[in-house]
Amino acid sequence: MDLTFRPRELAFRDELREWLAANPPDPRPVQGGEDAEFAWRRDWQRRLYDAGWAAPAWPTEYGGRGVTPTESAIYFEEVGRARVPFAANTLGLLLGGPTLMVWGTDEQKERYLPPILSAEEIWCQGFSEPDAGSDLASLKTRAVKDGQEWVVSGQKVWTSGAQFSKWCMLVARTDSDAAKHKGLTYFLMDMEQDGVQVRPLRQITGEAEFNELFIEGARIPDANVVGGVGNGWKVALTTLMNERAGLGFALQIRLRQLLDDLIASAGERGLIEDPLYADALADLHVRCESIRLLAWKGLTDAERYGQPGPEGSLVKWLWSDTNQRLTQLAADILGAEALTAGTSWSYELLRARGNTIEGGTTEVLKNIVAERVLGLPRLKVAA
Amino acid sequence: MDFGLTDDQRDIQRTARDLLAERARPERVREHAEAGRSDEALWRELCELGWPGIAVAEEYGGQGLGRIELSILCEELGRTLAPVPYLASVLAATVIEQAGSGEQQARFLPGLASGELIGALGASRGGVAELVIGAPEAHVIVLIDEDLSARVLTPEQAEVTPAPSIDPTRSTAHLSASEDAGEMLAGDVSGGVDRALVAVSSELVGVCDRALEMTVAYVKERRQFGVPVGSYQAVSHRCAQMLLDTEKARSTAAFAGWTADADPGRLPEAAAMAKAAASDAGREVTASAIQAHGGIGFTWEADVHWLYKRAQLDAALLGGAKHQRARLAGILAEQASASPVG
Repeated sequence: MDLTFRPRELAFRDELREWLAANPPDPRPVQGGEDAEFAWRRDWQRRLYDAGWAAPAWPTEYGGRGVTPTESAIYFEEVGRARVPFAANTLGLLLGGPTLMVWGTDEQKERYLPPILSAEEIWCQGFSEPDAGSDLASLKTRAVKDGQEWVVSGQKVWTSGAQFSKWCMLVARTDSDAAKHKGLTYFLMDMEQDGVQVRPLRQITGEAEFNELFIEGARIPDANVVGGVGNGWKVALTTLMNERAGLGFALQIRLRQLLDDLIASAGERGLIEDPLYADALADLHVRCESIRLLAWKGLTDAERYGQPGPEGSLVKWLWSDTNQRLTQLAADILGAEALTAGTSWSYELLRARGNTIEGGTTEVLKNIVAERVLGLPRLKVAA
Repeated sequence: MDFGLTDDQRDIQRTARDLLAERARPERVREHAEAGRSDEALWRELCELGWPGIAVAEEYGGQGLGRIELSILCEELGRTLAPVPYLASVLAATVIEQAGSGEQQARFLPGLASGELIGALGASRGGVAELVIGAPEAHVIVLIDEDLSARVLTPEQAEVTPAPSIDPTRSTAHLSASEDAGEMLAGDVSGGVDRALVAVSSELVGVCDRALEMTVAYVKERRQFGVPVGSYQAVSHRCAQMLLDTEKARSTAAFAGWTADADPGRLPEAAAMAKAAASDAGREVTASAIQAHGGIGFTWEADVHWLYKRAQLDAALLGGAKHQRARLAGILAEQASASPVG
């Protein structure tokens, strides 16, 4: 056991820290709504790109630095710590690009990877549907072959950034006679066409971080099939596996910062000496540190033994639960401030409710842990 | 960064697990627990193998290995609930090694390392300590008072009254000593206590691990309404929670064991986290084990209850979860943000 970083990793961290300190993003725009916010994030990604920091985990041949998973985790910890915005094309960088690297043709890689990195073309993810959430493979959006094209109709939901996106990672049913997981195909769909309508989905915070996609007769050239017709489930799993790997580290740091802020606020109010609050804050600290340790353990195990195991589900479960407890405790400690519309703590309190649903509900994560880690039998349900 | 054990540590773990699987079978543990005596043959064997001295310096006859190696053995002994005074003895040795003078170390550690002497560690208030594990058998007693003053006593210097606890897999006694009895341990008492907390936490990790293992095996077998009860989410999600609690305890105990040798500045925080997580996990996981076993879990013969009882005693030992969190809050208040790994 050695919980220190190697010299190479420290050098990487220091280089990044220095760059972040010397190149802070512009202040977050206070006006202009989500368009201004997005432009701000796009500008930030351009700066990362120009300095070679947009996607260090990408191989050098695709414009990355080819860093190790540990260094990639350090990257997310550091950008989290620096409190810089997420890159505008986070889904392209973390999900779309890596999926293409595994499943894409040479032509696809050459065509799509460079503009992902530079934020010229933004990507979104068209997986979930109104009737296909946790049971993703039951999705109904249909793609029918028409000459050299596919014609797509259906509905997608929880599509973040759709209004800014050029490309959608779309999973659609191409064979309704095949078994549930077998009849799916993974496409890159051009969002700039009449057959695709984007409607903002207002969430409980009042904002619209996500969208609904209404797809009616959208056309996708055959060349935009990724990983072969009928192979969409496997390709989608590659995307989903990448979903937690990188982001997890940034979210973990974000949680740590919120807790530090809350501890500071409790200190100012003299509440950290109150045994009730002291106990709750210390418990959050233990949870927070456990998440960090478990996340690093999962990562270093993966580096050592190959693929990450389903134990990663524990980290997401514990993180989401802890963030909810933290924001709820903030309401106890800060009182009205955390319940007043427009404050950052009130936003955190409401936004946290999504944590145990997005990216795998806690119930599904528990199933994964029970079945794949503990080997418990699965209850047979009607198909 | 690497969370894995070294090859040598893995060997220690494998050897310990194989040996205890053979020598500390559940029926043998039950037999000794019911008779209210420790397993002297097993204790002798462990002493011959040098287990009590694994973390004691070589100059005092120990093996001079680290806290991680000690944690490995504590975890394996916790898994099997081996009825030997191991934990009690290494806790006493740990505090003497950290807080004793050179002369005191030379006087006590060789005997504690070889197992010739059995130690016990009690947390006292006004010279009185309740349910001190190993005390009825102990030759060397360390008492730590609330103000972190520590002293070492012979059994003759204290009044030792055997007081059976709910966990008969090991002996316990009520201790009282007059103010001037024994001799002071003037060194780093808190460093000793923190290292002791890590050892107790590791034992609890072993207890949790075993409780989960027994439970998973049981709910796969036990059928009701025509299916294994483990296929119901009410049961399987409880098992998932047991794993999460166990892994929280395991990761924080591993971190604390590592800081003890490699980053002692963070040890107070790490030890408090480990003991808080392990105390909660120990209680929750073993309680869940009984529940998931259903009616059979409430019977004497099912053997789950021994784990629950051990967890109850260990959870309270040297301060329970609430006590540790209160300590931790003090540390947090002083040092608002924690530094990253490395």
